[in-house]
Amino acid sequence: MTPLATLTEALATGRVRVIDLTHTLDPDFPVIVLPAEFGQCARFRMDEVSAYDHRGPAWKWHNLSMSEHTGTHFDAPIHWVTGRDVAKGSTDAIDPAAFVGPVCVIDCAEGAAADEDFTLEPSHIDKWEAEHGPIPPGAWVLMRTDWSHRQGAAYLNLKDDGAHSPGPSPAAIRALLKRGITGFGTECVGTDAGQAAHFDPPYPAHALLHGAGKYGLQCLRNLDQLPPTGAVLICPPLKIKGGTGSPLRVLALVEDAQ
Amino acid sequence: MTQPLAPPPRKNPARRTPVPTLPPGTRSRAALGLSLAAAQGRFQLQTCTDCGAVQYPPRDACHRCLSTALAWQDQPRGAQLLAETTIHASPDPYFRERLPWRAGTVQLDAGPVALAHIHGDVLRGARTRMALMLDRAGQGVLVALPEKETPHMQDDPALRAMGTHPRHRRILIADARAPEAPALTRALLDAGAAHVFLGLSERWRPFPAQPTLAAMENVTLHPLDVTDAESITDLAGSIGGKVDILINNARHIRPGGVITGTIHDAGDALEKGALGLMRLAHAFGPALAARGADGVNSAAAWVTVLPAQALAHDPAFAASTAAGAATRALSLSLRAELRAGGIRVLHVHAGPVDDEWHQPLPPPKLAPKALARAIVQGLEQGLEEVHAGDVARDIAERFARNPALLAREMEGGA
Amino acid sequence: MARQGYDGVVLAAPYTEPYTRFSNETAHWWIARALSGSLRAAGLTPRDIDGFAVASFTLFPDTPVALTQHLGLSPRWLDSVPMGGASGIVALRRAARAVQAGDADIVACVAGDTNPIDGFRKLLSGFSRFALDASYPYGYGGPNASFALLMDRYMADYGASRADFGHIAVAQRANALRNPHALMKKPLSLDDYLTARPIAEPIALFDCVMPCAGAEAFLVMTEDRARTLNLPFARISATIERHNAFADDPIQLRGGWAVDVDELWQMAGLVPQDMDLVQTYDDYPVISALQFEDLGFCAKGEGAAFLAARDLTITGDLPHNTSGGQLSAGQAGAAGGFIGLTEAIRQVTRTAGPTQVADAARALVSGFGMINFDRGLCSAACVLETPS
Repeated sequence: MTPLATLTEALATGRVRVIDLTHTLDPDFPVIVLPAEFGQCARFRMDEVSAYDHRGPAWKWHNLSMSEHTGTHFDAPIHWVTGRDVAKGSTDAIDPAAFVGPVCVIDCAEGAAADEDFTLEPSHIDKWEAEHGPIPPGAWVLMRTDWSHRQGAAYLNLKDDGAHSPGPSPAAIRALLKRGITGFGTECVGTDAGQAAHFDPPYPAHALLHGAGKYGLQCLRNLDQLPPTGAVLICPPLKIKGGTGSPLRVLALVEDAQ
Repeated sequence: MTQPLAPPPRKNPARRTPVPTLPPGTRSRAALGLSLAAAQGRFQLQTCTDCGAVQYPPRDACHRCLSTALAWQDQPRGAQLLAETTIHASPDPYFRERLPWRAGTVQLDAGPVALAHIHGDVLRGARTRMALMLDRAGQGVLVALPEKETPHMQDDPALRAMGTHPRHRRILIADARAPEAPALTRALLDAGAAHVFLGLSERWRPFPAQPTLAAMENVTLHPLDVTDAESITDLAGSIGGKVDILINNARHIRPGGVITGTIHDAGDALEKGALGLMRLAHAFGPALAARGADGVNSAAAWVTVLPAQALAHDPAFAASTAAGAATRALSLSLRAELRAGGIRVLHVHAGPVDDEWHQPLPPPKLAPKALARAIVQGLEQGLEEVHAGDVARDIAERFARNPALLAREMEGGA
Repeated sequence: MARQGYDGVVLAAPYTEPYTRFSNETAHWWIARALSGSLRAAGLTPRDIDGFAVASFTLFPDTPVALTQHLGLSPRWLDSVPMGGASGIVALRRAARAVQAGDADIVACVAGDTNPIDGFRKLLSGFSRFALDASYPYGYGGPNASFALLMDRYMADYGASRADFGHIAVAQRANALRNPHALMKKPLSLDDYLTARPIAEPIALFDCVMPCAGAEAFLVMTEDRARTLNLPFARISATIERHNAFADDPIQLRGGWAVDVDELWQMAGLVPQDMDLVQTYDDYPVISALQFEDLGFCAKGEGAAFLAARDLTITGDLPHNTSGGQLSAGQAGAAGGFIGLTEAIRQVTRTAGPTQVADAARALVSGFGMINFDRGLCSAACVLETPS
């Protein structure tokens, strides 16, 4: 059997299951909030064009509007100033091979539950590798925090001094880059911690990651259904010309434990 | 003595909601001047600029000297009730439903004699204080009020029939996040509103006023974002038949010119102002228009809060004021559409509010509380046009005098 | 300069097309019926008339011009008299002068209106600009409310009682019971009047006329022509007409007759006490009282009491509105401005039949019309006599 034939058979028998890591695109789903004088991320909006009525008797459809960075979405290198010169750094130009690959899930749920400003550090990575083996080159690394279980205001967790949510430290991003990862993803509204503006450099998951030509995923969910290793991530963004990112459906293929 | 209006009982769901009828609404062009004055709460009659004779009914040439130079001018409000009748039979469906109806002849201190609606507390042959008020058809009519305030005078059946007073009414404030929302909620309840629904957008963002508002009696917060049609449909599906007054205070004010401003802010301003108004009207308009005669707490008014510069343009707030102008234009059309249901559309032109977006501007600025008060007063007096704050009043006056000159003056940011 | 009299001009062939409460016919139909009735009475054909005066509220979109084609007339003198309750006397005045001057030989004066269901409300709704702007929005009481205000003030200023006005209405009902065409056919007692349901206080049901459909007509011609045709005729002894009188009176407690009353009696060479009967414009009893005052029968403010002390029935000492008037025969639009005039012509030509006042030789007819805003603007009066 060819590898793909094996895969399709495994899918058919349930030996390989498909896990949806995506939030529903909903007008009420939070988006990142920047200081008010900056341009803001558009909320997801649906305008009904017709609904089997005088505007179109037999069909229903909507016009959509949103940002490239609304809902569960993909960040391309050119999203950040550090990545502006990365070759093939926009969603339409990225080698599609990057959108399918092995995924490593680092469980930070306990730490994030104890500390809203929890940061992923190299020590956590080292500890993970000690348990699960080295992060392979080309892997996607996802930071599980169970933050996606939060709802409403608790999700962004905005305070007078800004958002408080977990994310990677600059050292952790450097450590991951050293391992040759393809991209990094989180359950929060951004790949960076809520207070990452105060890191050095600020926003390491953007500044360092995209500067290195790597990709980001955010607003993921169901990471608690993934094994630490062994799953395959599928995350193709829309092929937007010059796109800096894209809402997308993120799937994972997981082998049944038995 | 006016009987205080009792809170309405719960609606009998088996009874058909009465179809709104309107008093006679046809007017000559000249008589529309009465409506213009009434819309602003002014008491104006035509005065001959040649001989000074005050005219009534409105006309096209002076009854004393035949001059055609007749100007609308504020007049003394005093009058004497000369004769009165209580009408018990009328062929007009609107008045038939509201009989008996008191009307009378008044000798205006301004000169002419006029027919007027007579407030129940005006005694036979008494001195009265005249007001020009909009009736259900949206036309200006003369009302003889008691010379001095009387208890519960706003509950007089004639005033209630033509007015938009918040008392016993249920009111939706579209944007709880607007700076005036807390004060407006308080002021509406103080004016006797039965309930205030507050629309809260993006509950996932902090809303410091939430605990205060949520703790108030007869106040509820509901998910609502005027840029999100679904949230509006959902809320209308839940409370659409209970909203007697809708206050659309959603607006997006951002500094910036045409070149220096952003397309995004312009888009947001139009989405929140102009298109937000349309979305709200789609969902709430039909029920409002159908409930214009639904008893004590009939649907009564739609309020559109506009930036004062909606009448002109402010190069420093180009997109916001353009959106304000677009919102005003849509709201004027909405006024025409809702008129058939007897629903008044009140425009409240707000001068710069003392908020973060006008922070570097010099005073005078409008305190959110003052804006709230202006909205409630506009509803209490049944107005169509309110200019809240010194800047708004100044712009309105200059706009009335010479719109082109105002436009030129605005170039200097005046 | 003294006004020229109406020597040699007479009124003849009065005709009333019986009224109906509602009608699906048009004003054209009603006018045709009345014109035809009058011509028949005179033994004439439509070709014999060369003058045509028309009063109607419900001809729209037509005017008397269109009526000439519609009815097959070819007059050399044509008039439209849009003066409601004053239209009969005004038409008479104009027609008489035309005949006197030779501009026309025989003028047919016709008033007619139809009254479909809801017609009265529609008629009111477009009556006048001032009414649209400044009276109907205040309760849409129409003339009821306007005259209620007048009556309220009249009673307050002059101490008149509702019973005084009831006396007028009760007498007219008695007269109407003799008129087979009157719409009101039941006797009316003073108690009925006083306890009737209020319409616009102090006006109650029996202060009001019943809007209906109907038409009236008469002919104006030279005395010679009338004699040739062997027609009974009435002489015109005097007329007056006035519009928008006393504009500064805050309430209309006097009408334009008061301006011209001396001239009326002077021209007639008579005094009020010479009248054998009086036909006033009775859209409300209070208006009749006003006319007696303004036309010299009594002092201002004494009208109600003056009438209360008299027997106003056909057999009384002051027969008034002998056909029942509008109050009891019905108000057929502009024909309400003719009803008293055609009845007076019948009276002085002794052709009134069941309503005939014995030996009636002198009649006063008074007209009042067009509530433009808060008052009636047109007033007119004429004195008719039996030829000696």
